Amino acid sequence: MSVYINKDTKVIVQGITGSTALFHTKQMVEYGTQIVGGVTPGKGGTEVEGIPVFNTVSEAVEKTGANASVIYVPAPFAADAIMEATDAEMDLAICITEHIPVLDMVKVKRYMEGKKTRLVGPNCPGVITPDECKIGIMPGYIHKKGHVGVVSRSGTLTYEAVHQLSEAGVGQSTAVGIGGDPVNGTDFIDVLKAFNEDDDTEAVIMIGEIGGTAEEEAAEWVKANMNKPVVGFIGGRTAPPGKRMGHAGAIISGGKGTADEKIRVMNECGIQVAETPSVMGDTLINVLKEENLYEKCKTH
Amino acid sequence: MNIHEYQGKEIMRDFGVSVPTGYVAYTVDEAVEAAKKLGSDVTVVKAQIHAGGRGKAGGVKIAKNLNEVRTYADEILGKTLVTHQTGPEGKEVKRLLIEEGCDIKSEYYVGLVLDRATSRVTMMASEEGGTEIEEVAAETPEKIFKEVIDPVTGLTPFQARRLAFNINIPKESVGKAVKFMLGLYDVFVKKDCSIAEINPLVTTGDGDVLALDSKLNFDDNALFRQKDVADLRDFDEEDPKEVEASKYDLSYIALDGNIGCMVNGAGLAMATMDTIKHYSGDPANFLDVGGGATAEKVTEAFKIILSDDNVKGIFVNIFGGIMKCDVIAEGVVEATQQIGLTLPLVVRLEGTNVDAGKKILEESGLNITSADSMAEGAQKIVELVK
Repeated sequence: MSVYINKDTKVIVQGITGSTALFHTKQMVEYGTQIVGGVTPGKGGTEVEGIPVFNTVSEAVEKTGANASVIYVPAPFAADAIMEATDAEMDLAICITEHIPVLDMVKVKRYMEGKKTRLVGPNCPGVITPDECKIGIMPGYIHKKGHVGVVSRSGTLTYEAVHQLSEAGVGQSTAVGIGGDPVNGTDFIDVLKAFNEDDDTEAVIMIGEIGGTAEEEAAEWVKANMNKPVVGFIGGRTAPPGKRMGHAGAIISGGKGTADEKIRVMNECGIQVAETPSVMGDTLINVLKEENLYEKCKTH
Repeated sequence: MNIHEYQGKEIMRDFGVSVPTGYVAYTVDEAVEAAKKLGSDVTVVKAQIHAGGRGKAGGVKIAKNLNEVRTYADEILGKTLVTHQTGPEGKEVKRLLIEEGCDIKSEYYVGLVLDRATSRVTMMASEEGGTEIEEVAAETPEKIFKEVIDPVTGLTPFQARRLAFNINIPKESVGKAVKFMLGLYDVFVKKDCSIAEINPLVTTGDGDVLALDSKLNFDDNALFRQKDVADLRDFDEEDPKEVEASKYDLSYIALDGNIGCMVNGAGLAMATMDTIKHYSGDPANFLDVGGGATAEKVTEAFKIILSDDNVKGIFVNIFGGIMKCDVIAEGVVEATQQIGLTLPLVVRLEGTNVDAGKKILEESGLNITSADSMAEGAQKIVELVK
């Protein structure tokens, strides 16, 4: 088991003929992901890298039986691409695209209400279940199959955490990048719930950053519902207020969304928070040892 | 992106949202001309800078005649205003808004923001106009009323009406207040605002409802379809290093420490600053070179970091995922040679092709200190700038 994706996930790539999409499509195929098709309007009927291209998502789904889509479509058209995946009743749509106007995402979220598709992202590295399926842009080789779930708002910090865990011989069940935008599809609580219900996940590392109150809400949820240990890290302790730190959602506004407040609430809810990003892995491993889960999580 | 008050009011006027008549002035003579054109009994002379708290800092004056307009304009133009939002160095006033005075009866607050928890635009209103909304939220939260807006319908008249009654707008003015709120929402969505704050919104002696101040911020990611808004950008209001960085698609924010940072990824860039601080150092900047950094980008990033005189050393922290460490290493070597870097440089490389990357740095013969982890790199650079 794992969350959201596994070896049976059949994936199409929206915007497959773009250079970034093509590069990452090759990487995904190399990793073993089942890429069954691509969509670029106007290029239907052609092939790239031996993968059939379709004009519409619904046609791609009909012809390939895909149940997940990864979106690399440029920002001005990305919101429409997400809605097209939703309309085609995909189980999962993962949007890598950065810089989507936030009011477009407000409409997308409204459109998706009551529909079956789960959106991950936008502005995220994607989702990976090691040795089974990689959907997104993360470097596959740093991951190791195992029992720790990773959920994060930041791409490179996810790599950092995963790398530390793998180096220490602790593998991951699934790593989910939920993205750095203020309006996104899947939030911390969604992923924590999924990890809580996943038999293969024994513990979770949750990586947040300044801006919004998603970490605080997730911490409260953990306290009330989670039956597996969770550790965390929050980036941006030293970020000045009122400045957007790279990610559209990483901003302290009106005194809200500071790292200190998030860490305070997480600690209160029983989540150990790593002092620096260099000790994210160690913090988790210590907790695994305390909970007698280390032997189980150590990859032999 | 931020714009000036007068620019915000012009946009609102275009959408039929009521604002006082006013004109921008760059010189004292232009200010007097503008006041003549207005012909109002009283004229307001307002400093235009991208910061709140201008009134308290002496940047807003009421003139009773043209002589007073001249005196105040002369006094405010060129003055450096220090407000709670400018930082201690303040901001120089280069533009004025010359506006007709109005007979204020009551002041209110109306604002539109994105509520992240609901993923919806939300209108907030309060009868505590003229006070900062954060202050009202902290002291009398019961005086703030909110309406969450469905993007399908937009703000509905009943929601606007409910807000108007809740904040005790006199009933003869409620119709005008509703029209104002609907118009403001229209501006917000059609111009891709991220914040639209009217503080104060006022009712006048003859029952009018209008915006005395206007703060509009825009979603940078939507500027590609808001060319007219993008044209309003005032480079004088921004840090020149940040302006330069934006030309190269580098995400840079100036801070006041002495350790320059170059990192890939926003999260890692923030975490790098945090780590430097943890080891008692002071980061000079936030800089995310992005996923596709080339030698050229690295060179530009170095130049921008070094244009800050406070910088005494640089820490490069790269987790090469898709970006390969050898490519970054080449970029660092090339940039170092081209610029003739003399300051201490610590490089931490991890990820794809890390060994090839480290080899390039070692063989370059340059004075580069390498580090095996973020923590080690941070400790080394902190030590080197002492």
